[in-house]
Amino acid sequence: MTTAPVATATATERLEVRADSDVVRVRQLVRAVAQKARLSLVDQTKLVTAASELARNTLVYGGGGDVEVELVTDGRRSGVRAVFSDEGPGIADLDLALTDGWTSGSGLGLGLSGSRRLVEQFSIDTAPGAGTRVEIATWSR
Amino acid sequence: MPAVAPETLAQTLVDHAPTVRAAWLDAAADELRGRTTRGELEREQTDIYDALVDGLRAGGTEVSAEAFDQLRGILADVSAARARLGFTPRETAVGMFALKEGLYALAGSPDAMAGLVPLLRLVDDLGLFTFETFASAREAIISEQAEQLLELSTPVVKLWEGIVAVPLVGTLDSARTQVVMEKLLNTLVETGSTQAIIDITGVPAVDTQVAQHLLKTVVAARLMGAECTISGIRPQIAQTIVALGIEFGDIRTRATLADALVDALREGRRSPAGVTA
Repeated sequence: MTTAPVATATATERLEVRADSDVVRVRQLVRAVAQKARLSLVDQTKLVTAASELARNTLVYGGGGDVEVELVTDGRRSGVRAVFSDEGPGIADLDLALTDGWTSGSGLGLGLSGSRRLVEQFSIDTAPGAGTRVEIATWSR
Repeated sequence: MPAVAPETLAQTLVDHAPTVRAAWLDAAADELRGRTTRGELEREQTDIYDALVDGLRAGGTEVSAEAFDQLRGILADVSAARARLGFTPRETAVGMFALKEGLYALAGSPDAMAGLVPLLRLVDDLGLFTFETFASAREAIISEQAEQLLELSTPVVKLWEGIVAVPLVGTLDSARTQVVMEKLLNTLVETGSTQAIIDITGVPAVDTQVAQHLLKTVVAARLMGAECTISGIRPQIAQTIVALGIEFGDIRTRATLADALVDALREGRRSPAGVTA
């Protein structure tokens, strides 16, 4: 893992996630920003898929929340950073939640753990009753 | 100001009909030029005007009153028709609000003065009612279209004797997957097919939800004795699926629809159904 580049952000876009159709809008926004950041097609697809997973988690498990997407640059490379936050119940056992195949719902149990593998930077901030905040970023090569 | 009896208001409208109607028609025709003809507008306004007078004679004071049932029906029909024809909300509401121009024309007649304010107020309410029905008509159209789109976007095509394919395009949500699954299973039975190909070339991103939907569809098809192939897995999708950790298990996947068809033809030749061919 490389050290996180010092990033400066330009124009943050914010979307609310309250319904299934909002997940689609998050996906479209992330794809548009990823194209602007000149990510490769594979990285774009990975990032969009991770955003889709996390936005759906925000909706289904967090009871809705919002997503901030921004184009970032460290002077040399450009990238996309997305922050998913909700004020839901939070995650009590983070290790368990990040285990492949474990789910508290009815999905495949790969959304959170898989998203971590799809992006370059992944950090999660959560506590029971305090909501969940997931930050991801992918940089151009 | 003492309340003016509805009967008096009706009489005012009848007495001054030519003045009011002429100004109303002018104002509405001016706004809707090119959208509808003067003749049509005049017929429409005659219906509304008559219903309004009838409603007032029957003692109606509020738009929601029973006396105005007929008037509300006419307005709802007019608004719904305009929504279908693609009129803007403004163009729809203006047809009713233009009647105020007609009433302003009465400002100089002493016998009409008393009824002017209540009549204007009534027209305001009628205008709002028009707007409301317009909005609900539009909503009805939107949900109708959403349903049509759901049907349209999921064609199941027969590629060969015993082989059907579903080319999926766009976002796969639960509602659409349900439709796809039903259509695929029905088509399998109708055409007596044993091979199904689900092509995901047009699906922009395969996340766990989409994968789960696909897996369920394949399992359902298998339960009916059909073999399913998922085709159209592009390089970036393949890498994403691997990173995400989704396992397609023993489900056959192919890069292109053509590959999947060749495979299905080969399979079909081996199976009893294809022996006769």
